[in-house]
Amino acid sequence: MAKSALLKSSLAKKYWMALTGLFLCLFLIGHLAGNLQLLVPDNALNFNKYALFMTTNPAVKILSYVTYISILFHSIDGAVLVFQNQAARPIKYARNNAAANSPWASRNMGILGTVILIFIVTHMVTFWAPMHFDKKMPLQTTTIDVQGQKQEFYLTTDGGYIPKAQVDQNAIIIKDRTDFYDGNAKVKIKEGYKDLYKITIAFFKDPKYGLIATILYVISMAILAFHLSHGFGSAFQSLGANNPKYNGLIRGFGKWFAILVPLLFAIIPLYIHFILKA
Amino acid sequence: MKLTLKIWRQKNAKETGKIVDYPIDGIEPDMSFLEMLDVLNEGLINKGDDPVAFDHDCREGICGMCSLFINGEAHGPDRGVTTCQLHMRMFKDGDTIFIEPFRAKAFPVIKDLVTDRSSFDRIQHAGGFISVNTSGNTIDANTIPINKHDADRSFDAATCIGCGACVASCKNSSAMLFVSAKVSQFALLPQGRIEAHDRVLNMVNQMDHEGFGNCTNTGACEVECPKGISLENIARMNREYLSASIK
Repeated sequence: MAKSALLKSSLAKKYWMALTGLFLCLFLIGHLAGNLQLLVPDNALNFNKYALFMTTNPAVKILSYVTYISILFHSIDGAVLVFQNQAARPIKYARNNAAANSPWASRNMGILGTVILIFIVTHMVTFWAPMHFDKKMPLQTTTIDVQGQKQEFYLTTDGGYIPKAQVDQNAIIIKDRTDFYDGNAKVKIKEGYKDLYKITIAFFKDPKYGLIATILYVISMAILAFHLSHGFGSAFQSLGANNPKYNGLIRGFGKWFAILVPLLFAIIPLYIHFILKA
Repeated sequence: MKLTLKIWRQKNAKETGKIVDYPIDGIEPDMSFLEMLDVLNEGLINKGDDPVAFDHDCREGICGMCSLFINGEAHGPDRGVTTCQLHMRMFKDGDTIFIEPFRAKAFPVIKDLVTDRSSFDRIQHAGGFISVNTSGNTIDANTIPINKHDADRSFDAATCIGCGACVASCKNSSAMLFVSAKVSQFALLPQGRIEAHDRVLNMVNQMDHEGFGNCTNTGACEVECPKGISLENIARMNREYLSASIK
């Protein structure tokens, strides 16, 4: 009797690469939509609201776990494929004119993917980890003119304000990173916004490392573009969707997706570093 | 034409081989690539040397026996031809030509440029057939109406000569183009549908068992295939395998 293996066979590995890859393409769109808010002037609050939504909304939380699993599975499955494929040709050719028959990106998905994985890890250490775990993560504040005097206030999730002076004098205490309690730490009054906006701007505007961070980010996006230029269309082929009637559409969309998404991502740090006024 | 040939020489399956240089003169542009090798071998034999072993049979591009990885491409730089149909006019006087065997773990070298491609036979045995009643009341295939479109696509898939250029060209030594052509030629016809699910599962299992690599959709196989077998066949095999697996 014929055996099927929906995890181990060569074809199954392709299905999983395709499914996780396409899901990560969807993730890119969602992530990009949020990031683009950084381009809107005076938009710190909306960006932080987006960050709050992304870290607390239950539906988004489920999606985020699917994303983590997808990244892990895509990486592990990809690594297994690379090792198996290398083992399938123990003696290499002395001369191999591969450029005559296949695009460069298609032959280097493993290397491109590894760089992207390194980028993702660095990216998560820089932005995701502080958002989730950093106890000293700043909360968003704003300066308001009160009777001719400039005063700093914390913004709260219900649209209110808490004077920073009261916190400094311990009349109000911050607990659990975002929660404002009364001085006796018994009653929770309000909740603040983690200021991811501030962290992001500071990261790319850093006088010492801002430029190199921006350059590395842009290079990573270029590598992502190459990875997508092969990956997007390839996913459809792996899942069996190859019909001359629709191939033009899939390849055309894939090409634009591979150029536009990384380009828009890359514009953001460029804008922050070179154009945005601190 | 005067050429420098860099040919992989390997005494037998066990010993390690190496590239050996052979200068050659007096090659006509109208010679086929295999005729050029015949000339080389004649010279080697006259000198008392061991001639270069290479696979060949029909020498008209239909048997799939000739192979060779020539200057970095399966069946050489020309498109839609096998090595026996490749002519020396594709090269320039003074060229250096690398001639290597098809490289894959599943195609071990027997001697020099001759490889053992019987892994393809075993894949074929695993499911590349249809079961027909031959007890005397066999139904003529032409009595079953088949639409022209499917018949043509099945025929296109069936033009695969099983030479292994797809494996040789693939950076992963994947045999998917070959296996998918064999799966497709049957899957597209009513006679082949009966065993379609077992066929695709068994052939893919055998392919994996033989140690071929995985497909990463570079498309190199389609470009280098002497018969122009389309990547659509691999997509069809992917569909067939998926539907057979979840059943």
